[in-house]
Amino acid sequence: MKAFAALFDRLSFEPSRNGKLRLMTAFFRDTPDPERGYALAALTDSLKFQHAKPALVRALLEERVDPVLFNLSYHFVGDLSETVALLWPKPDNPGEPPLLSTVVQTLATTSRAAFPRQLALWLDALDEIGRWALLKLITGSLRIGVSARLAKTAAAAMGGREANEVEEVWHGLPIPYGPLFAWLENTGPRPDTIDPAPFRPAMLAHPLEERDAASLDPADFIGEWKWDGIRVQAIAGVDPDGHRVVKLYSRAGEDVSASFPDLLDSLLLPRFGTTAVDGELLVMRDGLVQPFGALQQRLNRKSVSVKAMAEFPVHLRAYDLLAQDGEDLRTLPFTERRARLERFVMGLDDPKVDLSPTVPFASWDDLAASRADPAGAGAGADAEAIEGLMLKRRDSPYVPGRPKGLWFKWKRNPFNVDAVLMYAQRGHGKRASFYSDYTFGVWRGEPGEGQLVPVGKAYSGFTDQELAKLDRYVRTNTISRFGPVREVEHTAEKGLVLEILFEGLNRSSRHKSGVAMRFPRVARIRWEKPTREADRIETLEAMLEPK
Amino acid sequence: MTPAGLYCAAGDFHIDAMRPVDRALVTHGHSDHARAGHRSVLATAQTLDIMDTRYGADFCHERQVAILGKPIRIGGVTVTFHPAGHVLGSAQITVEKNGFTVTVSGDYKRAHDPTCLPFEPVRSDAFVTEATFGLPVFHFPEARVEAQKLLASQALFPDRTHLVGAYALGKAQRVIRTLRDLGYERPIYLHGAMVRLCELYARLGVDLGPLVRVDPKERGRLGGEIVLSPPGALRDTWARKFPDPLTVAASGWMRVRARARLKGVELPLIVSDHSDWAQLCATVKDVGCSELWVTHGEADALVHWAEQQGIAARPLHMIGYGEEETEEALDEAA
Repeated sequence: MKAFAALFDRLSFEPSRNGKLRLMTAFFRDTPDPERGYALAALTDSLKFQHAKPALVRALLEERVDPVLFNLSYHFVGDLSETVALLWPKPDNPGEPPLLSTVVQTLATTSRAAFPRQLALWLDALDEIGRWALLKLITGSLRIGVSARLAKTAAAAMGGREANEVEEVWHGLPIPYGPLFAWLENTGPRPDTIDPAPFRPAMLAHPLEERDAASLDPADFIGEWKWDGIRVQAIAGVDPDGHRVVKLYSRAGEDVSASFPDLLDSLLLPRFGTTAVDGELLVMRDGLVQPFGALQQRLNRKSVSVKAMAEFPVHLRAYDLLAQDGEDLRTLPFTERRARLERFVMGLDDPKVDLSPTVPFASWDDLAASRADPAGAGAGADAEAIEGLMLKRRDSPYVPGRPKGLWFKWKRNPFNVDAVLMYAQRGHGKRASFYSDYTFGVWRGEPGEGQLVPVGKAYSGFTDQELAKLDRYVRTNTISRFGPVREVEHTAEKGLVLEILFEGLNRSSRHKSGVAMRFPRVARIRWEKPTREADRIETLEAMLEPK
Repeated sequence: MTPAGLYCAAGDFHIDAMRPVDRALVTHGHSDHARAGHRSVLATAQTLDIMDTRYGADFCHERQVAILGKPIRIGGVTVTFHPAGHVLGSAQITVEKNGFTVTVSGDYKRAHDPTCLPFEPVRSDAFVTEATFGLPVFHFPEARVEAQKLLASQALFPDRTHLVGAYALGKAQRVIRTLRDLGYERPIYLHGAMVRLCELYARLGVDLGPLVRVDPKERGRLGGEIVLSPPGALRDTWARKFPDPLTVAASGWMRVRARARLKGVELPLIVSDHSDWAQLCATVKDVGCSELWVTHGEADALVHWAEQQGIAARPLHMIGYGEEETEEALDEAA
């Protein structure tokens, strides 16, 4: 538990991806089995046990600490687990600190009634950081900015391997992953995956640059719409006992089946066979694809209500076939996979699964016209849910990761708006000393009479040189400070205009302005532009997706 | 109490006056306690040296050296200085009149510090204490253990400059000395604002090993080195030119994660020159006082605890203490 707690402590403060990777890889190298395996399980959120309620933790402490001192402390620290970790009195006989493996195994077998006593014994034996890590772990609130993917990347790096290689064998590997570590350390064979419905690392596309188009032959490519949903893999298999196993994975390999039970029925159909489909998850009502805002109502929910399923029914739009009846199709050319996919979808004959249509074109100009007007190019009323185009080489195999030259995405022109810089905040990692996070606003009412309302925050889109200039601007035009945030002068006479690009706009009751931007970034710094010429809130309201 | 701070009418002097006064007794050299511009200053020899180094030789008109443990008669009272264990030269000041003793502790700690004399408890009727870390969440580990974290991180990230924020007086020298005691022999690099006080410590007999002032032009070559700077400079433009700097801070505040995160610290080291909760409580018991006055910090919890022990306690809510010295340190660097 000690090494694990130290790792979690350090990770919780480390802002850079690279730094996190190095910390984790060093930990996996220096920590013996099975402890490192349980840590990897914790980092990938693979541990399954009943989480402890904060009230239980609090009650344990209240038996031991003066309530006035507890309240003053909690008020100061602001986090219950941390307050308890810091306040827990050291007993005379603290006992041996538990191993992480012991904690996990004990949690699985301890009864609810015996749990508080067990937890108190562990807290007695650990130090402040150990107690903090334990409490975060058992209350299920270990938020340290590490994704499952990043943890796998760190484990893979032990053996100089890629995360995708770990991903290939991951599903079905039991905790604490002894054979995985042995393989990564070159002391054992590649583990056999026994998962009947394994995830396969996704193939991704590069953005299409104009110079690419010039050098590519349109005849080599097939065009498809790029749908504004979430990328999923829908997989059905049969376990050794002959039961059907169905899984829905996110693009990153996260099992999201529990969020979309209404789609699993389609996968459970015997006609679905043992098949792995790559496609887009969309919300579809009355045969029409709904904008991303509708799908958002279904995301990041642990349990789904019947109401949500009825109101926002999900649908699978298939665009690739990765495996069928035990055959791995990923080495076949795209055209062949597509032909099999078409037969599969037709045979499935399920209203919740359809085929992503192709977009025919003879020249790049044809394609540009379709991109500019998807509705007129066959997408009809679904055009609202189209982000742009996908271009797939006819002969492309399905290569995990982002291989060069095979798949391209060509997004529709994003939205843009001229906004005024209002607040700046320091960044993280390499940008820690720069004011690199910018809150910007647009006018509500006449410039000079009305006021600027914040509409978003941008962190990217500028070069290092531009960042240095922006940082200098912020430092010399600060009018007040709130902790790490500086308010920058923004009036109708003085201020800085930023041209902001963004991918879409949603209504939001959380933001004062009533709108929330998707993926805003700085397109240009308009040093010369007077702030009174920045856009109005009405401009943004006009861009909102109709209700 | 006067607007300038703690005042003793019978002796007509202030202790750690926050504004220029006629006669000031000074517990230690941090700028929130030792200010320039008093007519006369009574303090330990090291504290006077520190004030001289920081403010220049004309920081007051008249200096008087207090020898630890030796009573001095001032007006109708007897004053004695005792070591406080906070920084080099730091002292508590005991004031006695007609058999009633009041001890003003200034800032103090009970933990081991190789750069200064340890705190000596003085039996007192009234004890005036700080409570910077006066909450039971503050329990400070040994400085040695925290310094080992820094060396472990340096081994793990041998290409990154470890930029350690530490107060220029006391904390910096304690961190350096602790690293030396762990066998770290490489040069330790210093922000300009640190140099004079480190030189003074060395002159006064605290061996800090090889120290190098950071040459701004050479910053790019200090990957993997340990660089000490005032906390305020960590996130300043000055810090940018080091290779992939890793922000470290040595402070008692690092005990609380939100505080560390607010400051953008990547490696918090819990090293404080103040007392933690257990040390505060132990000290109040050691001095055996019947009255406790809390000058600054998290007074409420300590007052609550003392009352439960049957000690009459009250907070003085003194504004101006506890800022230590970040702003001034940056001015020095300029």
